[in-house]
Amino acid sequence: MIAPIRAIIRRGFEWIERPFERLFGPALNPLAQLGALGFFFFWIVAVSGVYLFIFFDTGIERAYESVERISTIYWYHAGVMRSFHRYASDLLVVMVVVHLLREFAYDHYRGVRWFSWLTGLPIIWLLYGSGITGYWLVWDKLAHFVAITTSELLDWLPIFGEPIARNFISTGTLTSRFFTLMVFMHVAVPLFLLFIMWVHILRISRPKVNPPRMLAALSLVALLGVALWKPALSQEHADLTKAPVEVGLDWFYLPLYPFTNSWGRGAVWAFLGTFSLMIGLMPWLPPLRRAKAAEVDLAHCNGCARCAEDCPYEAIRMVPRTDGMPFPTQAQVNPSLCVTCGICVGACPSSTPFRRSMELRTGIDLPDFQLQLLRERVVAAATPLQESPRVLTLACEHGGGTRYTVGTITLPCVAMAPPSLTDFILSRNLADGVVVAGCAESACYHRLGVTWTKQRFNRTRDPYLRSRVPRERTAMIWTSALETRRFEQEIANFRNRVAALPAMAARHSAPATIAVSATTDRQVQPGEKVDP
Amino acid sequence: MISALRLCGQFVVIVALFAAVAAFADWPIYRQTPRGTGIVTLSFVHGADRRADCRRLTPEEIAKLPPNMRRVQDCPRGRRPIYIELDVGDQISYRASLPPTGIAGDGPSRVYQRFVLPAGQYDVVVRMRDTARTEGFDYEREERIALRPDQMIVIDFRSEPPGFVIQ
Repeated sequence: MIAPIRAIIRRGFEWIERPFERLFGPALNPLAQLGALGFFFFWIVAVSGVYLFIFFDTGIERAYESVERISTIYWYHAGVMRSFHRYASDLLVVMVVVHLLREFAYDHYRGVRWFSWLTGLPIIWLLYGSGITGYWLVWDKLAHFVAITTSELLDWLPIFGEPIARNFISTGTLTSRFFTLMVFMHVAVPLFLLFIMWVHILRISRPKVNPPRMLAALSLVALLGVALWKPALSQEHADLTKAPVEVGLDWFYLPLYPFTNSWGRGAVWAFLGTFSLMIGLMPWLPPLRRAKAAEVDLAHCNGCARCAEDCPYEAIRMVPRTDGMPFPTQAQVNPSLCVTCGICVGACPSSTPFRRSMELRTGIDLPDFQLQLLRERVVAAATPLQESPRVLTLACEHGGGTRYTVGTITLPCVAMAPPSLTDFILSRNLADGVVVAGCAESACYHRLGVTWTKQRFNRTRDPYLRSRVPRERTAMIWTSALETRRFEQEIANFRNRVAALPAMAARHSAPATIAVSATTDRQVQPGEKVDP
Repeated sequence: MISALRLCGQFVVIVALFAAVAAFADWPIYRQTPRGTGIVTLSFVHGADRRADCRRLTPEEIAKLPPNMRRVQDCPRGRRPIYIELDVGDQISYRASLPPTGIAGDGPSRVYQRFVLPAGQYDVVVRMRDTARTEGFDYEREERIALRPDQMIVIDFRSEPPGFVIQ
């Protein structure tokens, strides 16, 4: 039942995301920066909140008056800051909600990602707690409504001896001390929120907590424009003798408040409880089936740490050597964090299909999809290619290339394929061209697969694609699983380009068998060159 | 030129998004009760009498108690429920038995009820029984109120001096 819902939402995201990607480019696409933008708006709220606190007075009368002064007398600085505070808070909610939906749509919440998903739940609660306590402080009609409705909701729970809502229905029951308490809450809850946000990204390698500067600058200028166009203002002063029956509601923070009247408080709590329970259980509904975690073969590991550097899930760490080899460290895989994306295999300098050993072994490999099997599949896929030009596709199983069956080898992630595999295909004359077909650039399933592959091909990240590889015979196509038409168009264009190239002179003939020579397997030595 | 146009396009999209968020920050207006209505709220916290009076323990009962817990009287902690009736014209007829709060049932009873009524004049009668009596009421108040649109009238119970307050 969850899978069809996920597919529908994903289709919706695809529909919105691709135009965004075309306009903003993959690096600036806001939909690929939701978490980073969330942090960005949090900091705007924090800084503007500190600034506003300078002008804020705690007290039943003084609170409202001080906020009014902010928006009237000091409108050009504190008033703008108030709008920043208000709208950045709302944008933070938007970022959180869209981020949650997107991670759900792209199935980024199961398996090892359960931790980030689950820690997102208290973020939602704390975010709403922060916002609601903030609305209380203004002490206008909306604050009165929020005070009554929130306390009525809390009173429904059998926790408090005396109904809290009694404090907000008649004059004389509320003291200025209450505002001091609310200021404390409005500071303490966001601080705790920040702490949970830190926990949320603990298990993520290279988390994006800052959006690209250009996107941040555009957002700041846009926020300033909106703050001047529609400054955040107070509503009427709270009057405890009048019911706050008509209010301009913040629909981002208070969407459930109207339902306390129509559904009843018990139903709202039931909804919140069910929602939280569902979110909490979703990573295991059903659990993600994982292949066996990557394994380190110490005989081929020289402790270079490239696998640990490239792992998007912090599943690999370098530990002191245990086998007596003259290297200080060795890679160690934490199986509970490994998603078997294979990016570590592509990062390992030992992962070269050129190696002439009986059994192709590498420093780190996937037990269920070893590098040797990958090489065999490449050769097997190349054998039936007859039509010129012969093009082999190394396709990510989450991208648009998987449905393209001709000469396609599907991988958990394109970054699993070491750059030397492309070199191997072309130098062994297995194909006239090689396509690396990954996920859409701003929606890489394994987060860093697209980035690492591009950097390896551009020779800015080890292991490099060797300079001898003719670049005109390689192509990278980044499409989502739903963009099959665009994928086919791009691969057709590539075939035309390759067809126009002069015939390739193979440096080596195509291998009759994979295990071309029967030398015994041996250890990698420091500085060893493994290319032929 | 193209990059400048692209930048403009990016800015326009972001501004439009932010403007939409700003618009929904206080719009559309939400109205929680129909026009021309007011709210009467019955809310108080009051502890009823204990369920039973204190009883003097017999010397045998005192002797049975551990030496450090011996006392002369046994006073049950539990309180009685409060019985409350509220009539507002012919619009509201609220009857409730309010149990004491607390795990041991020794806390005060509490009530918080909101009634939305059309604006107008109403005869309010509120009665409460908080003792062992089964007939009649310990506190009662009758008053004619004029409920204006959007007004909130609160019926409270004050212990000093004991009695209902309508404000």
